[in-house]
Amino acid sequence: MNNLINFLTAGILAAAPLLFGVLGELLTEKSGNLNLGVEGMMFMGGIAGIVGPYYYEKAGGTNPYVALVIALVCALVCAGLGALVFSVLTITLRANQNVTGLALTMFGTGFGNYFGEAIGHADPSGFLSVSASVKSLFNSPVFPAPLVNLPVVGKLLFSHNFMVYLAVILAIILAYFLGRTRTGLNLRSVGESPATADAAGISVTKYRYLATIIGGAMTGLGGLYLVMNAGAGVGGAWVHNCINGYGWLAVALVIFAVWSPTRALWCSLIFGGLACMRYYYPISFIPASIYDIVPYIVTAVVLVFVSLKHSRSNQPPESLGLSYFREER
Amino acid sequence: MQSVNAVELRNVTKTFGSVVANNNVSLSIKKGEILALLGENGSGKTTLMNMLAGIYFPDSGQILVDGEEVAIRSPKDALDLKIGMIHQHFKLVDVFTAAENIVLGLKEKGKFDRKAISQQIREISARYGFDLDPDKKIYDMAVSEKQTVEIIKVLYRGANILILDEPTAVLTPQETEKLFAVLRNMKADGKAIVIITHKLNEVMAISDRVSILRKGEYIDTVDTRTTNSQALTDMMVGRAVTLNIDRPQPENPQRRLVVKDLTCLDGQGVKVLDGVSFSAMGGEILGIAGIAGSGQKELCEAIAGLHPVSSGQILYNNPKDPEQVESLVGRSPMEIRNLGVSLAFVPEDRLGMGLVGSMGMTGNMMLKSYDQSGRFFPDTKPFRTLAEEIREKLEVVTPSINTPVRKLSGGNVQKVLVGREIASAPALLMAAYPVRGLDINASYTIYRLLNEQKAKGVAVIYVGEDLDVLLELCDRILVLCGGKVSGIADGRTVTKEEIGLMMTQVGEVRDHDGT
Amino acid sequence: MTEHKHSQREPLVRLAKREDLSRGKKWAIRLGAILLALAVGSLFILVLGHNPLAVYKEILTGSLGGPSTRRVTVRVAIPLLGAALAIAPAFKMKFWNIGAEGQIMAGAIGATYFALFWGDTLPKPVLLLVMALASIVVGGIWGLIPAFFKARWGTNETLFTLMLNYIALGIESYLQNGPWKDPSGTGFPIIAMFGQNARLPKVFGVHVGWIIVLLLTVGMFVYMKYSKHGYEISVVGESESTARYAGMNVKKIIMRTMFLSGAIAGLMGFLVVSGADYTLNGGTSGGVGFTAIIVAWLAHLNPFAMVLIAGLLAVLTKGSNAIQTSFKIPASAADVLSAIILFFMLGCEFFINYRLIFRRSGSAAPEKGGEGRE
Repeated sequence: MNNLINFLTAGILAAAPLLFGVLGELLTEKSGNLNLGVEGMMFMGGIAGIVGPYYYEKAGGTNPYVALVIALVCALVCAGLGALVFSVLTITLRANQNVTGLALTMFGTGFGNYFGEAIGHADPSGFLSVSASVKSLFNSPVFPAPLVNLPVVGKLLFSHNFMVYLAVILAIILAYFLGRTRTGLNLRSVGESPATADAAGISVTKYRYLATIIGGAMTGLGGLYLVMNAGAGVGGAWVHNCINGYGWLAVALVIFAVWSPTRALWCSLIFGGLACMRYYYPISFIPASIYDIVPYIVTAVVLVFVSLKHSRSNQPPESLGLSYFREER
Repeated sequence: MQSVNAVELRNVTKTFGSVVANNNVSLSIKKGEILALLGENGSGKTTLMNMLAGIYFPDSGQILVDGEEVAIRSPKDALDLKIGMIHQHFKLVDVFTAAENIVLGLKEKGKFDRKAISQQIREISARYGFDLDPDKKIYDMAVSEKQTVEIIKVLYRGANILILDEPTAVLTPQETEKLFAVLRNMKADGKAIVIITHKLNEVMAISDRVSILRKGEYIDTVDTRTTNSQALTDMMVGRAVTLNIDRPQPENPQRRLVVKDLTCLDGQGVKVLDGVSFSAMGGEILGIAGIAGSGQKELCEAIAGLHPVSSGQILYNNPKDPEQVESLVGRSPMEIRNLGVSLAFVPEDRLGMGLVGSMGMTGNMMLKSYDQSGRFFPDTKPFRTLAEEIREKLEVVTPSINTPVRKLSGGNVQKVLVGREIASAPALLMAAYPVRGLDINASYTIYRLLNEQKAKGVAVIYVGEDLDVLLELCDRILVLCGGKVSGIADGRTVTKEEIGLMMTQVGEVRDHDGT
Repeated sequence: MTEHKHSQREPLVRLAKREDLSRGKKWAIRLGAILLALAVGSLFILVLGHNPLAVYKEILTGSLGGPSTRRVTVRVAIPLLGAALAIAPAFKMKFWNIGAEGQIMAGAIGATYFALFWGDTLPKPVLLLVMALASIVVGGIWGLIPAFFKARWGTNETLFTLMLNYIALGIESYLQNGPWKDPSGTGFPIIAMFGQNARLPKVFGVHVGWIIVLLLTVGMFVYMKYSKHGYEISVVGESESTARYAGMNVKKIIMRTMFLSGAIAGLMGFLVVSGADYTLNGGTSGGVGFTAIIVAWLAHLNPFAMVLIAGLLAVLTKGSNAIQTSFKIPASAADVLSAIILFFMLGCEFFINYRLIFRRSGSAAPEKGGEGRE
């Protein structure tokens, strides 16, 4: 029982960075842009999110809350800039979305590792890391101890760091925005049929830019989480190649979640659980290296299953991946 | 009484690359009138109106709305000026409801109140005589319902100037009458209405004035009451033309294709063809009529081996050997060809199915026979020769036979496609909407080619949307309605109204199947 | 002119398609884009406090400066070019195979099996041939898996091929930690070095792989341009409906092409383990599968252009290793630089395909050339 609760808790912690990635990409895809650069943007968000507080503390800053705000802002801005590059290339300059997304992934991966390594080498400790107080802000529960100490539910529901709740709140906001507001309706029409949206007076370019940049910034939070969270690795320090495919899993999960923010919650949770299952339920006859790739295998299987069923309401935005040019004839 | 011009265009010019779509066009639209904009396909009608709707921006010239010069840079600008356009290809989001489509893009303060919106839509419907369920999804709608949504969308935004691009192309004669009644209501309401069309009888029936365009040039504007069809045609085409299509009597018709109880399903498992039976005879043209999406596409594709058949038979009688009857069901296009069935198919989607847009004429000539030699490195020479032949014989206008065909004009694209299909000396020729988007000259070339094939004893199946053409060209007309055959009529005796009725209801009006 | 909120003349910039650009101008634009990319790249170097010119110079000397560095650069270019050639037919078919990384690994695993367990029993030429065949078959199968699902049910190939990269890497890690672990190693999980029999011979100081990829380049050019398979690939890439209409077996073409694509990538895995590394490890693919996508795309899928671009990126990669030692600049700089070059190349195509019309000059006479459509 204890093991199960520990496993579920770890699963939730592992699901949060995925959820940021899924939600960001989902918002992007709803506008008709398929940004395969999530992995790269996560790298960008991750590195900026740690470099910001690192220099703040180097400069003598000691307030961990200021460092936290700096980390969040840097992650959002840097990943958003990555998405901006993607937007300029695909929306304004009409470059192929697939290749541009791959280029962004390559850029972000190199960008993260480049600065992570360069700054780390320059530091006397040899690492790019933040102080323990900042690290603990990203890892300690937000709720007061009596709640956290409740049996079962305390650990399951109240023991998490603030970013877990932030991710869930984002999912709910996104679901409301897409389903219940005029702006959300407009955004969906841009992804479904840009010509229709355009004819209805909606600026396709503006919506696509905004959705892609905001979505990209959200994925950056996922990168920040991976860098800061102790459950996913060292925590609070840059580790070479630390994103390790999470961005790609997020892109795949958008399909699994059939472009619905509420389903994204459950899908991320399942994959968070798969990612850390081997630490709680080791299976003797499955070697660790194979157990490690289970999420990728499951993703591949899920992709096949999703393609098997076709229903009218569970389809991707109709213009996903296509650029729009009003005067195209 | 001097009526105010709702819109005025002065010396408007628009070019695309080297093509002048509109050259120095001036015309005006008055409040409370219906203006017909008449011209052939490719005469620049739609381009001109798209500049009012904010889709294109003119290279030069002025646009005046209510007497003031304006710049319409986007559809939003057009809506702010109360100009609304109903495009030929509907601009609707399929997965949204009618109501969602209607309010799309509106900036209104306050809560997004779906109930109130539905109520408003019902009021507009009642005022002009529409019939629409605001909560129905677009993908569940028939074509005429979609058009209703488009019109209400424009009215909901308070448009006073309505532009309708070929609104009757997708409607039955009865639905057209209904639409015209609505348009008259709107005219009485003081709205300015432009109807883009190339159908003369509609011009005569609904418009107050007619403006004629030809090859991008403005020709003239006349009062409908003072003109007649022949005069309009001459202005539209630029010379005196006789609008008759030849229809020789079929000679020695032989049964070529027999379809029995054919049923097909679409991807969602819905019946798109339901118990279709007919036969096509060599030496005659069998027309297929129906509202768009009644199963025409699936019927052609099923015969060509491109659409799976769930039950029924398709039998082909070899003209060389009457004893030999081949069943085409369950076979791929390649297998059908290998059986010795010489079947040619001009599909509706020319560049998406019939041709490879990025290749030149030569590459496209290879499309169905690239593997005939069986060699790993096919010889392209015969295909180059064929391309040159077709270019010459059908007067295809192209810089070279290697120019990608997607860069050619619609008429030339179609000539390449039809030319290739006819070059295969078929015994059965299916042509789906072969004159769609073509000007009169190119259309008549196609009719002539089809008649030539008929004279050679080929069984021709012609899927068309213009009932006037079907009635003049075809020996027999099969009408599809919702995937069922609602009747097969004699093309020489049936009336347009009868066909129209058959398009909307299944009932044996008359049966002229050759069996 | 009356005052009105809509009386501004026209939009600031408008676009029009153009098809009249000369070949020379096109390449001038592309060259300009590369120069701009290098300029932006120097910003990254400046941030780290180095002189960009000195660094670029070191990249050149570090990759082309001497015979031995040149040989290493060629060795880097071989799998890059080969993988780009592998990707080309898939991309031409609009099958977004981003799984070359995994296909290389799969091929390398196949070849390594024979190197490790048959190295002593087979004579050298036979062994090398068997290893090559094994890499082709295993790599091909790794390419065939996503193609099968794509052809059968339309499964998203981009993500599927990507997941297979991670899966191939996981299998390698399993083999390295388990069954294939070097028993004579000091407890460290590594795979043993290949015996002499399993090592590719050298020609002019570089393993024969360079001859193989150059032959492949010519072969791929001929295959794509003149063979019926090449024709089928072009048609399927343009429109599946057209291909079906033409009587082609689309499923078969997709699977055949992806087998070929995976097989060539797999063969590159063989060249890497048998020609360069003499062993298998987690870094055998080393990002080559991804960089090859850049090569293929920048070359517009033209095999001969790929030779040049693979060479350029190999210089960048080898040079980055040089600056890592002499300037302490992380080798990831190569990724950043090549991605920036790719960004600029992707962006510059726009200026080749479209003409910008600025306000005021809007009434310019229509441009010559370019067949319009109605």
